[in-house]
Amino acid sequence: MPILGADMTAGTLVAWRKQRGDAVKRGDIIAEVETDKGLIDVEVFVSGVVEQILVPPGATVPTGTVLARIREEGPAPAAVSQPAAPATAPARLRISPAAKRLADELGVDPATVSGTAPDGAITREDVERAAARPAAGAPAAAPRGEADRLMRMRQTIAAAMARSKREIPHYYLATTIDMHRAMTWLAEENLRRPVTERLLYGVLLLKAVALALREVPELNAVWRGGQVVQSEAVHVGVAVSLRGGGLVAPALHDADRQGLGNLMRSFRDLVQRARTGGLRSSELSDPTITVTSLGEQGVESVFGIVYPPQVAIVGFGRIVERPWSVDGTLVSRRVVTATLSADHRVTDGHRGGRFLGAVDRLLQEPGRL
Amino acid sequence: MTKDEIRATALRVLGDIAPEADLASLKRDVDLREQRDLDSMDILNFVVGLHAAFGVEIPEADYPRFATLDGGVEYLTARLAAGVRR
Repeated sequence: MPILGADMTAGTLVAWRKQRGDAVKRGDIIAEVETDKGLIDVEVFVSGVVEQILVPPGATVPTGTVLARIREEGPAPAAVSQPAAPATAPARLRISPAAKRLADELGVDPATVSGTAPDGAITREDVERAAARPAAGAPAAAPRGEADRLMRMRQTIAAAMARSKREIPHYYLATTIDMHRAMTWLAEENLRRPVTERLLYGVLLLKAVALALREVPELNAVWRGGQVVQSEAVHVGVAVSLRGGGLVAPALHDADRQGLGNLMRSFRDLVQRARTGGLRSSELSDPTITVTSLGEQGVESVFGIVYPPQVAIVGFGRIVERPWSVDGTLVSRRVVTATLSADHRVTDGHRGGRFLGAVDRLLQEPGRL
Repeated sequence: MTKDEIRATALRVLGDIAPEADLASLKRDVDLREQRDLDSMDILNFVVGLHAAFGVEIPEADYPRFATLDGGVEYLTARLAAGVRR
């Protein structure tokens, strides 16, 4: 059962999409699970043949539980699970002193906890998850109503945000960006595009953030097991509000490598699936940074809380007309406030400032995004 | 196509975008975004759906006409009457 959120402790196996004996390749959907973020499609991370189905539909199991075994293309069998969450406990128990103390306090037996640190060691987060999870083999969850779903989502958000504020030393930066060129370019570009291919202003922001991450790769990472784990690709999380309440922030994969038209199609598809179901497990586990915009709600500045294990969140407010000096002349310009909330364990304000500067500069050349 | 038929089709398109919205209680002259918590992505999908349903090209500059259901229906009625199709 993959970990699909900072404080996800368990999930319910809803259905298998592949059966024993089926051949699978990396990226295939093998199962559907229900989590606090809705129905999620679980992808496989290796290619091979499904050798064993270990969890029946309807069962609720803790994160880290092995759902199935796949015989890899090659000699050795391998377990299907999130790479960061080893499915079985290491032969020799490895646990940090802080995690051991917490386990004692919470009455958790470390031998029952799966470690998620790169070397398989048990972290404080693993102990917290173990303390909160239901017993393995608990009966399947009964069908839940919308109110129950909302309550569980709020609890999940509450746990993740409280943990973030407790553990992550945030620093906050803000800058005002002149949007005149970007908005003028966008209006002209959309005149040329058929209605089905038009771009939203938000896609310019997403692309600018993705390209800025290339320039400041320190912010393209996660903090896991007490250390920085750099991401090789740029997967930008997008905060999507859900109609019944709550939010989810799935990843736009390889956002830096997609042209604006393709990125817009991916963005539309992602928002639709976030609201109707069908997000993939990798879309929830891959982001290193989240972009949120509350401009449509009339907000001028957004100072977000980092969603662990990500290392930053970028906020955009609404576009407003402001007096602006251009070559010594005061003119009226459309501007937006961009903010960065980032994990001070991973980066410093100097790098954060360079990142926001890069976003600003990239938005001054929208045709090159 | 009558105004009522246009309205019915527009409501169907809206229902496809926001299936949980109670369309029966929708106020025709009140901002759709405020009534149903729609965002710019929803409005874009609404316009795309209307384009598919009516074959009318809707420039981005005219999106504000779709702020309310009545405004959108008036706009489409006029465009269809003028024979403006893509």
